[in-house]
Amino acid sequence: MTVPNILILYAHPAPQRSPLSRRLAEAARATPGVTLQDLYELYPDFDIDAQHERSLLQAAHLVVFLHPIRWYGMPSMLKEWMEAVLRPGWAYGKTESERALRGKGCWLVTSTGSGPEAWGPDGIHGHPFDAFLLPIRQTALLCGMDWLAPLVMHGTLDAGEAAIDAHVHEFGRRLAGYTGGAAGTPPRIAPEASHGA
Amino acid sequence: MEHSLLLNACVYLAAAVIAVPLSKRLGMGAVLGYLVAGILIGPYGFKFIGEAEDALHFAEFGVVLLLFLIGLELEPSRLWSLRRPIFGWGGAQVGLVAAALFGAALLAGISWKLALIAGLGLSLSSTAIALASLEERNLMPTPAGQASFSILLFQDIAAIPMIAIVPLLGIPESAGGGGNAWIAVIKVVVVLAGLIIGGRFLIRPLLRFIAKTDAREIFTAFALLLVIAISLLMQSVGVSMALGAFMAGVLLADSEYRHALETDLEPFKGLLLGLFFIAVGMSVDFGVFLARPGIVLALVAAFLLIKTGILYLLSRAFGMARGQHLQFALILSQGGEFAFVVFGAAATARVFSDEVASTLVVVVALSMVVTPLVLMAYDRLSARRQGAQRSDQADEIEPNEDHVIIAGFGRFGQIVGRFLNASGVNLTVLDHDPDQVDVLRRFGFKVFYGDATRADLMRAAGAARARALVVAIDDIEDSLALVESVRRDYPDLPIFARARNVTHYYQLMDRGVTLIERETFEAAVKLGRSVLTAGLGQSAYRTRQAADKFRKYNTQNVLAVYPYYKDRDTYASMAKRARDELETMIARDRKAVDEETGQDWD
Repeated sequence: MTVPNILILYAHPAPQRSPLSRRLAEAARATPGVTLQDLYELYPDFDIDAQHERSLLQAAHLVVFLHPIRWYGMPSMLKEWMEAVLRPGWAYGKTESERALRGKGCWLVTSTGSGPEAWGPDGIHGHPFDAFLLPIRQTALLCGMDWLAPLVMHGTLDAGEAAIDAHVHEFGRRLAGYTGGAAGTPPRIAPEASHGA
Repeated sequence: MEHSLLLNACVYLAAAVIAVPLSKRLGMGAVLGYLVAGILIGPYGFKFIGEAEDALHFAEFGVVLLLFLIGLELEPSRLWSLRRPIFGWGGAQVGLVAAALFGAALLAGISWKLALIAGLGLSLSSTAIALASLEERNLMPTPAGQASFSILLFQDIAAIPMIAIVPLLGIPESAGGGGNAWIAVIKVVVVLAGLIIGGRFLIRPLLRFIAKTDAREIFTAFALLLVIAISLLMQSVGVSMALGAFMAGVLLADSEYRHALETDLEPFKGLLLGLFFIAVGMSVDFGVFLARPGIVLALVAAFLLIKTGILYLLSRAFGMARGQHLQFALILSQGGEFAFVVFGAAATARVFSDEVASTLVVVVALSMVVTPLVLMAYDRLSARRQGAQRSDQADEIEPNEDHVIIAGFGRFGQIVGRFLNASGVNLTVLDHDPDQVDVLRRFGFKVFYGDATRADLMRAAGAARARALVVAIDDIEDSLALVESVRRDYPDLPIFARARNVTHYYQLMDRGVTLIERETFEAAVKLGRSVLTAGLGQSAYRTRQAADKFRKYNTQNVLAVYPYYKDRDTYASMAKRARDELETMIARDRKAVDEETGQDWD
């Protein structure tokens, strides 16, 4: 695994209506060593080619989920992707050989419309944002993956151009970090206990 | 004269009207009903009709019409594909049965000439009785039906040389010779060539011309004239009328007036065939029978046993389905119409005495009466046996149960059918393209060849036990006719229909069909999606959503216009309104998309 191989699973049902996700996807595409799967573009009828997706996963050392949060979770396409691709006996199972994703990194890059104040016991969502990431985080752990600190942007609806620029820049910086900066250097993947701000 | 003609017609029709429904009611079938009616009104019954022979000659035209109509359903290419069963199986049947009967007669101490002619004549079966029995039981599309048909066709051909050689065995009346035979062959070839050329370049334009005059009865008259003229022409060169009519039918099988000819001639065929059976019933000479009942009965029994036995053995060699062997043998077991002609010729040539000839004619006539009876007994027995088997093995599912019927297996039905087949659905396919049918059979599909709009074919295909019917026929009228008959006969069978266009869609709705797909709609929407994505670079998912929206709107629109489609003016204005609505809808779609560019997604 000398050549860095990052697989980004990008799921956005209406990129033309999004100020942020589109720019993140563009930035990812421009990064060497990154394979970006635009799931809504590839499978508009939800007929996911599970076998092909599994072979991409197998070749990657870092798996990135890039999508907005809606109704406290991932877009329906990504859920369908998980059901079709993460087959029992391949992604998880009793023996180690049945965990094809074991040891790979898992990085969530997501965003929400409401600002940070909406998350928490006193906010309109009633729980801290972390609480809503439990299913995807546990999915990664069940598959034996290393859960990296997610990159989250809150309040995108009110965010100005500058805030978005800054976020995209931060995304690019961390992505480049995971590629090891240059080809040939093994990427550093260190699981983090707490999520980034 | 006219009076007696009407009176005779009255007697025949009354006998048929009384006897046939009664016979069917008793489960004995129409053929037996006609035969019994004939016996009852004939010289040995109530003596309503004096001489049977005239009626028999006249009614033979029913057999001629029957063969013409069969020819109409057989295109030359299909007939060519049947050449092996016709000449192979037909030849084997006539040869072996004649040989067996000849041998048996020799053993019984009968002179070889007599034995030979009797054997040859009795090897022929009755086209009318066999085909009517097959049709009554919907067996025509089965292997037994096809084999029977091929053999009967060969017999019609074989009868010609038989009738020709009979005089050679007798006292030579005129110095015939090889030269004569050659001339006869040349005559037949010339007439056939004339028929093929005339059929294409004369009869078809003539049919077109007459059809254009729009006088329906003249078209019917021409159809009858055509068959009669061709039959007489064929007879004049020594080919049997039935065979001639059959060839004429084949020549017209791919003409556009095939269906019109069929519908016009069908009632004549039915009535004349009925008359033919009545005449056979009348011609049973009970005088000869009563003079020596023991000998006649023994002859009938021996004849039927030998012929059925040989046919049964042959059926095993023909690779027929198990369980059809005996039925096939019984259906062809009787003596035929041609036997009358052969024995008549033999009596004229003095090979036979009149006594022998009339005895043999009675044997043949009785065998014709016995066939429907034996078949009825066979049906009863096999039904009982199957019933017993079914209760023994309740788990075993019948092959034709729980299935989906697909009517029409062209470019549309094929996709539906192959998809259902791939999903493990039990299929029954109805199609009228013989090549298609052959290929599908080879792949183990259950295929019925024929016109799906025929009620008997639907019954044979097991419509009563079907889960669903897919109507994928090309022809709109056929599709509607099928839907109508199925709605009437099988009201509980769900219908899934392919609509050729919106009007067809509405016509299907008129007939109570609710699950309809316009055949090109989905493909067109799909192609539109490809244009937008692969061609114009629009995002795939967004395009899919637009297509979904378009489909929904379009379907609503089609349904909204439905109440008005019969009223042409309203329909036109509604259609116009629908177009306007589509325009506003498209504009609204665009606006909606524009509005959505706002920030409702991260």
